[in-house]
Amino acid sequence: MSATFTPAPGGAPLSRMVLAQARMEARLMLRNGEQLLLAVVIPVIVLVGGVAGADRLGLDLQGHRPVDVLTPGVLALAVMSTAFTSVAIATGFERRYGVIKLLGASPLPRHGLLLGKVVALLNVVALQLVVLVVVGLALGWRPALDHPPTSALGLVLAVAVGTAAFAALGLFVAGVLRAEATLALANLVYLLLMAGGGVVLPTSTYGSAGSVIQWLPSAALGDAMRAALVDAAVDGRSLLVLAVWAALGTALTARTFRWE
Amino acid sequence: MSTAAPAVSVDGLVMRYGDKVAVDGLSLEVARGTITAVLGPNGAGKTTTLETCEGYRAPQQGTVRVLGLDPQRDRAELLPRIGVMLQAGGAWSGVRAEEMLEHMASLHARPLDTRMLGERLGLGDCGRTPYRRLSGGQQQRLGLAIALVGRPELVFVDEPTAGMDPQARRTTWELLEEVRADGVTVVLTTHHMDEAEHLADRIHIIDRGRVIATGTPGELTREGRSATIRLVVNRPFPDGAPESLRAELGPGTEVRQLDEVSMLVHGPADSMTLGRVSRWCEEHDVLPETLNLGQRNLEDVFLDLTGRELTP
Repeated sequence: MSATFTPAPGGAPLSRMVLAQARMEARLMLRNGEQLLLAVVIPVIVLVGGVAGADRLGLDLQGHRPVDVLTPGVLALAVMSTAFTSVAIATGFERRYGVIKLLGASPLPRHGLLLGKVVALLNVVALQLVVLVVVGLALGWRPALDHPPTSALGLVLAVAVGTAAFAALGLFVAGVLRAEATLALANLVYLLLMAGGGVVLPTSTYGSAGSVIQWLPSAALGDAMRAALVDAAVDGRSLLVLAVWAALGTALTARTFRWE
Repeated sequence: MSTAAPAVSVDGLVMRYGDKVAVDGLSLEVARGTITAVLGPNGAGKTTTLETCEGYRAPQQGTVRVLGLDPQRDRAELLPRIGVMLQAGGAWSGVRAEEMLEHMASLHARPLDTRMLGERLGLGDCGRTPYRRLSGGQQQRLGLAIALVGRPELVFVDEPTAGMDPQARRTTWELLEEVRADGVTVVLTTHHMDEAEHLADRIHIIDRGRVIATGTPGELTREGRSATIRLVVNRPFPDGAPESLRAELGPGTEVRQLDEVSMLVHGPADSMTLGRVSRWCEEHDVLPETLNLGQRNLEDVFLDLTGRELTP
């Protein structure tokens, strides 16, 4: 019989390591109160408040009911909050606390760590979307059902490319700034984009500024989401804008990210 | 083929940060199945050397081999076989101690039982405590558990007992001795003499990025240029005895009177010094009851080699 510490080294299979990492990160994300506030509570408040106050704001929604326009926008907001703000803050503190450093000496390779993050992120986004869809339906949301396969395709593409774009940008911020600076900047950017980034409200409601705003990743994600769920269409232009932001964010992250 | 190679072999390593030379042509070897201590003051280059072995940094000059592998090129092959305990941190602030250990275990093919390991390290009571609320000593012990959980062939532990109380320190030392007995190679950095003297089979003393002495604790403390002689006599010394003895022994010697019948002499560790001390006693009509060459410790060794204290 071998003694307790007799060496028997070896890494687990990659798929097991990635799943373990994803489960760990998702669990920590859901346990963090502030991040839940950002991920669910604020989008719900925006949705409920927006539906209740839409008439008084006098928005031109081109004949659509406010709840039908706002629900897709709030789904986009939720994707942005988790993919950008939560990912940036969590990764910033992982660098600060040496988590990434310790994992760097474990059998989990760097691409496995990244993959684990993506799986965790998509799971949290899916949970958020379920909650917000239920709230939207309770408020009377009627998604466009003229052509369900097109809507579903548009929705999946918007979530996938939008998540990729915002996560790449979030990792870029987390990889170059100190943890506290990342925390401040990620929250500030979230608030600014929520207020004026064309995510919750269509760019058409911004007047002449809309032609500039539509190139922001927030507006592109909001517009792609609204195209899918209001017009039952796939918004190729917005998806392309998001893909360019994803490529830009990935290139910047790859060049600048510091693991410690 | 790699079983024949030493566990660690560093040859001519040079590492610079900007203008500052952290490691300056350092060479050392670690034999398999030993506990090897890398001893030196803060800023001597211990952590940088370790981090090069762990694959975090590429050598700027020189070569590093760990278990016969290149930590940069063969990273994927090497990492599953080693365990690493960082000097500080390494866990999410909100993660529970047991959750963290289980997570690290799940990255390995044949991990140790995490409950057993936690209990062995006295972490049984704080398994559900979030990392940020663990004491410094508990965080250190969790770090050690993480380094061992994958059943590595070789562990690197950076200042393993920093911040631990004496009880936890002894438990940690016993655990490391058991780990060695089971066939694991241990490389530890420390700036505590007693830790190196107690645990290590071999010690590399590092100062300013170089190895300045290597040996077993016995070898390092025996051979040396100076020693402390304790002299106790049968009746009180005459007046002016320390000055007169110092004159007899010549320069490079220190004499300190402890009480009216005993003195400490610090000087060259040779028979001539002992002979002169006993001749001086005869001339002053006192009989030496005790005249022994004191055992030097690593603290003295470091002082001799560098002219500076090890711990500031």
